[in-house]
Amino acid sequence: MREIIRLTVNGDAVETGVPTHYTLLETLRYILGLTGSKQGCDKGDCGACTVLLNGEAVLSCLMPVQEAASGSVVTVEGLAAGPRPSALQEAFDLTGAAQCGFCTPGILCSATQLLAEDPDPDRAEIASALSGNLCRCTGYTKIFEAVELAAEATRSGLAPADVLVARRGVDDQA
Amino acid sequence: MHPDELNALQRGGADDPEDLETLGSDAFRVLGHRNRKPEGMRKGTGREIYTDDLALPGMLHAKLLRSPHPHARIVSLDAQHTTQMPGVHEVITGADMPTPYGIIPWTRDEHALALDRVRYIGDALACVAAIDEDTASAAIESIDVEYDILPFYLEPEQALTDEAAAVPIHDPKRAGRNGNITKKVELEFGPVDDLMKASDVIVEGDYYFHGTTHAPIEPHCAIGNVDADGLLTVWSSTQVPHYLQRELARVLELDVARVRVVQPAVGGAFGGKSEPFDLEFCVALLALRTGRPVKLLYTREELFYSHRGRHPMNMWYRVGASRDGKLRAVDARSLLDGGAYASFGLVTTYYSGQLLTAPYELESYRFDSTRVYTNKPPCGPKRGHGSVQPRFAFEVSLDKVAAELEMDPIELRRRNFMGTGRTVNEFRVQSNGFLECLDAVERASEWKSKHGKLPYGRGVGVAGSCYISGTNYPIYPNEMPQAAVQVQIERSGRVSVLHGASEIGQGSDATMAAIAAEELGVPLGYVRVLSADTDLVPVDLGAYSSRETLMVGNACVHACRQVADRVRESVAGALRIPADRVRLAGGWAFDTDAPSDGDRRLPIAAAFQLAEAQHGTLGALGHYNTPKDGVHGEYRGGTIGASPAYSFTAHVAEVEVDSETGFVEVKTIWVAHDCGRALNPMLVEGQMEGSAYMGFAEAIMEQQIMKRGDPEAGLHDAPSLLDYRIPTSLDCPEFVALIVEAADPEGPYGAKEAGEGPLHPSLPAIANAIWDAVGVRMDSLPFTPDRVWRALRGHEAHGSGN
Ligand code: FES
Ligand code: FES
Repeated sequence: MREIIRLTVNGDAVETGVPTHYTLLETLRYILGLTGSKQGCDKGDCGACTVLLNGEAVLSCLMPVQEAASGSVVTVEGLAAGPRPSALQEAFDLTGAAQCGFCTPGILCSATQLLAEDPDPDRAEIASALSGNLCRCTGYTKIFEAVELAAEATRSGLAPADVLVARRGVDDQA
Repeated sequence: MHPDELNALQRGGADDPEDLETLGSDAFRVLGHRNRKPEGMRKGTGREIYTDDLALPGMLHAKLLRSPHPHARIVSLDAQHTTQMPGVHEVITGADMPTPYGIIPWTRDEHALALDRVRYIGDALACVAAIDEDTASAAIESIDVEYDILPFYLEPEQALTDEAAAVPIHDPKRAGRNGNITKKVELEFGPVDDLMKASDVIVEGDYYFHGTTHAPIEPHCAIGNVDADGLLTVWSSTQVPHYLQRELARVLELDVARVRVVQPAVGGAFGGKSEPFDLEFCVALLALRTGRPVKLLYTREELFYSHRGRHPMNMWYRVGASRDGKLRAVDARSLLDGGAYASFGLVTTYYSGQLLTAPYELESYRFDSTRVYTNKPPCGPKRGHGSVQPRFAFEVSLDKVAAELEMDPIELRRRNFMGTGRTVNEFRVQSNGFLECLDAVERASEWKSKHGKLPYGRGVGVAGSCYISGTNYPIYPNEMPQAAVQVQIERSGRVSVLHGASEIGQGSDATMAAIAAEELGVPLGYVRVLSADTDLVPVDLGAYSSRETLMVGNACVHACRQVADRVRESVAGALRIPADRVRLAGGWAFDTDAPSDGDRRLPIAAAFQLAEAQHGTLGALGHYNTPKDGVHGEYRGGTIGASPAYSFTAHVAEVEVDSETGFVEVKTIWVAHDCGRALNPMLVEGQMEGSAYMGFAEAIMEQQIMKRGDPEAGLHDAPSLLDYRIPTSLDCPEFVALIVEAADPEGPYGAKEAGEGPLHPSLPAIANAIWDAVGVRMDSLPFTPDRVWRALRGHEAHGSGN
């Protein structure tokens, strides 16, 4: 059985027929073709399915799609402003924070919420904000560095790559 | 978007020609830099495509029926009413694929679906393709199976008994043998007994490794499809497309030339996707039977049963040394708990001894390893295949020797440094940066002011290790190259690199792109990489045993140099200079004697066009094969573990132990790793940090446990990511990666592996740090609070000492 669901996803109002038992994750991946959000466990343990609902990171594998209907959903596909990646996306690429990349979409969503609420988090705060997102590849080291780089870039109004150049300049003088 | 901005986003364009002046003629432009990965932005924007992201028109979904019994004969299997269910398209069973398979050609003991016997809870015996996942799930429940329950063995010791041999898990290869033994290896190098007797200190102990699983965040997934011409394609989250292609053809009795395996992006593997699995055979056969694409995605729970993780091992080690700390004799015995099938077990059994013989000079060495079948999910290769467990036992033994001799454990390791040359089991080692690794962790951790000097509860420990950069011999015997790369040049300057390496997050695509950009002088943004599609790229054997950088890297260099030579020759002709004065770098072809002279340089695309006019279309195939002569011993098994080049690692771990609760907090792990040459330091650090993380996790929290006792015996204790605890961002220590570069003549630009070696020392370094902190030896893994607490209580009761 399907029902008609109205959702706002990455700024677009969409209306689509969805099996009534579908989660938000299944709707995004299998109905809307937004496969950026990943399924690692389908039971709330890994965080790979994390998306933003009204700016808050939620586990889309646990959320019946009807629950998301009233709000605004942003997935990893919606984090960039048009063709321009967000500071976090750029920073993840520059620091090698995505190895296999399977945890990355969820981590980017959690980190986006963190930086929206706290432009200057310390490592402990970053670790705590990402504690629901498992990464099996990185040991989190480069993920922490990426979030710090994005935060610094956003605060200073520079592109993340320019922050790295500026840091290198300081290193060279030292 | 402004074109300049777009160009910057695409990271294309040649370097500023003025830059070339600052360029020493042999400095790397691309290699050695922290370059972005070609697929990095796809991963960061949700555009990377993994297997489960693919959907084909008309696709069916499949589910596996798995055994609820640890050991049973299948008396009957009735799926007649299942096939009649609405939405069900096909049901297949073991009888549909009777050809046995196995990654090692000598131990083919598995069937795609169990034929007449199930050997562990979770063994698959039927598969249903249906209109959707829900229908398929309901359908497998409706299959009627009658089982005849057999005795089962969950402990390896139990499987070795005569009683168990009477009803073995697999029939013995030869009458009179115990079918429960997969493999036994005994090797001795030098007079172990004599030198043991002559030793001044002897340390003996029993050690236990508990068994862990890979737990990649992406569950295994495969899709089968048969196209209009009858060609079978399987997309799979595999790390060995070539072996999968061969096995699919063999088991399904198809012409291998008409089987295509495509590996989309893989969301982590760690050895857990390095052999064919039931799901790949099933989607292939179901696609052939139904004429429809068929997808099968494991649930998270199924991953814990399909497993192939690190073997539990019981190990006994006796190590003898002289008063000055020199190792005289090492005697080892190991019992490997293999689970229900052989998998890579033959190799694992050898590796459990063969890979222990560096970086130290062993005067004599003996090991005796036995792998046994048990009725549990099969074990296989996990990052650091076969050698993580013995390395733990050995490096803890070394710490005990140092303690007996009252010698600094780093000093003890220095004294036994083997350098280059031959190991006791005759492997050829041509580069060895282990001393630099020791120096680096000693310095960075401030070891001298900490070891033995921190307050009770806090401590530091050291450990070392060695690992292989691929194996000299492929899994199936053949003389062909192990790796190949095709390079194609387009007139715009764009370079395509087609290679077979499996990108599983470790950076093989980035590595090949960087090598091509370096060799051909194009900006990195000009290089496109296509990998791991058996129809389109040359053969590579896959991402296992840390072989890609060295082997595929060498093949890539070989391909690029053939093209670069032609380009240089043409440019040299045009500039009327000798070819060896032409350099291709930074988007230009220029005269190294006058890089700033505008008349003596060409944009690289123009150089390519010149060469294409002269030589015809530009492209080349490169290949690499491993050295075979004189690089290992000629004894039986002497080839197993032999590698073109060996990497070396040292760790120092700092821990804090709460003696009230037994909780061990690992504060920092300093990892120094000799990777030969860091072709991209960012990626090498990533491998070092990720490896140290995985070792830390195995030391402190992870454990693959099967329940004991009726009625749940053989059931996984915690098949979820909540209960099989893997570290979160809050659990991890700080990882400090220190790159050491002892270039190896066999590696591309000297490069060796970095993806597995840096895992090994985490476990013993943490154990040794616990000893430094609270004076107890943790010889059994993992170091969970209850075990540490009990060890501390036992220690109080019995007084101190080893
Ligand atoms: S898929 Fe949602 S938490 Fe794992
Ligand atoms: S990058 Fe692979 S799981 Fe995080």
